[in-house]
Amino acid sequence: MKQPSARGDVSALVLATIAATVESAQDGLARLGAVTRAAVAGTPDILHDDDLQLALFCLYELHYSGIDGAGDDWEWNPDLLRVRQCIEAAFEARVRDEVDLGDLPGTTSEAVCAELFRLTGDDSGPSMSRFVSKSASNDQLREFLVHKAVYQLKEADPHTFAIPRLTGRSKAALVEIQADEYGNGLPARMHSALFARTMRELGMDDTYGAYLDVTPAITLASNNLMSLFGLNRRLRGAIVGHLAAYEMTSSQPNRLYSRGFKRHGYGENATEYFDEHVEADAVHEQIAGRDMAGGLVEEDPRLLPDVLFGAAAGLAVDTLMTRHIMDAWESGGSSLRRSEAMAS
Amino acid sequence: MSAEAVPGPDGPSGAEGPERSLNSGAASPVSVVACPDGPLLIRGDFELVGADGQELPRTRRTVALCRCGASVLKPYCDGSHKLTGFRSEP
Repeated sequence: MKQPSARGDVSALVLATIAATVESAQDGLARLGAVTRAAVAGTPDILHDDDLQLALFCLYELHYSGIDGAGDDWEWNPDLLRVRQCIEAAFEARVRDEVDLGDLPGTTSEAVCAELFRLTGDDSGPSMSRFVSKSASNDQLREFLVHKAVYQLKEADPHTFAIPRLTGRSKAALVEIQADEYGNGLPARMHSALFARTMRELGMDDTYGAYLDVTPAITLASNNLMSLFGLNRRLRGAIVGHLAAYEMTSSQPNRLYSRGFKRHGYGENATEYFDEHVEADAVHEQIAGRDMAGGLVEEDPRLLPDVLFGAAAGLAVDTLMTRHIMDAWESGGSSLRRSEAMAS
Repeated sequence: MSAEAVPGPDGPSGAEGPERSLNSGAASPVSVVACPDGPLLIRGDFELVGADGQELPRTRRTVALCRCGASVLKPYCDGSHKLTGFRSEP
């Protein structure tokens, strides 16, 4: 990914640090620690904090495809990991505040699956899919793709980090889902590749990170949440619950998204990504709820609260993201950081 | 690594029943999960054919078949059962 533009002191120092060699960055690292602690203590709301979410996103990116100019030895640098953990701790605490789990269900696979379906069916936030289906303008479709691109161009990757942390039934289920996400051996059928094709069909740049500078904090937070869950083994229940919630809230919205793109005259090259998800996720949601999440809880009942937390957290943060986008659109504006970047 | 649940190179043992007729891959038993208030989830080596015996278009190994009647992708499930409030138990 190309280096994004900094959004404040923390992200500027993170970007400057990883652009330097480990040997030459010691002074910057010491300052970064202090600046990060101050920013975390002073932020009004870390979920909407552009500087901290971008800094966290860049620190996580070192574990994915990397950042241009950043040496690979930064990935496991202890000082940088400490900075990441400082932001992560505040981020996780904020998300836990946002979520109320209520009474826990039983620890059988069926009880877990039923509770996940109840939780995801209850989601009462604003509906982006109905708006996209009926009302979104062409520019709004492009904005919609900008928000989605951060995850969809690396679709499935954060949850893949969980594979070696699971065993037996839950592992087999996760791999079965991921194999589908990754195209069952056909690169052109990878969901990330189908999404890239949709972007190209709308005349957009499908390079990973191409629109990062216009992507707002809450969209980065939605992605950072998956990385937080995926990269910390202690949160393996949460990443499993998160994936289950994503699968369970996908089929019908994707049918509506497809309709919105068809309404503007776009053909199969643009809509196949969405159409594929209608059928795929109707399968995945059953496997995810019963075998992956339910199977994990049956194997280790202590993970039940984490599984439900992961699901509820994903829904809660994405509801905030949807609200941000819909509020901007309803007031006639753009949901992106600088709308002129989309005009090209 | 556990190999207990994995069929050997010659397919499932005779104790699991007669060998099935398969169109591809190594033999693995077919399972149908009747998902509560949802579709029938079918895993394993099976053929999905229309009334004329011709194979139906299929892009994945494991499929979910509609049993609420509301899917627009029949015979596959599209999640519509959640909108119609389909109940599998009487």
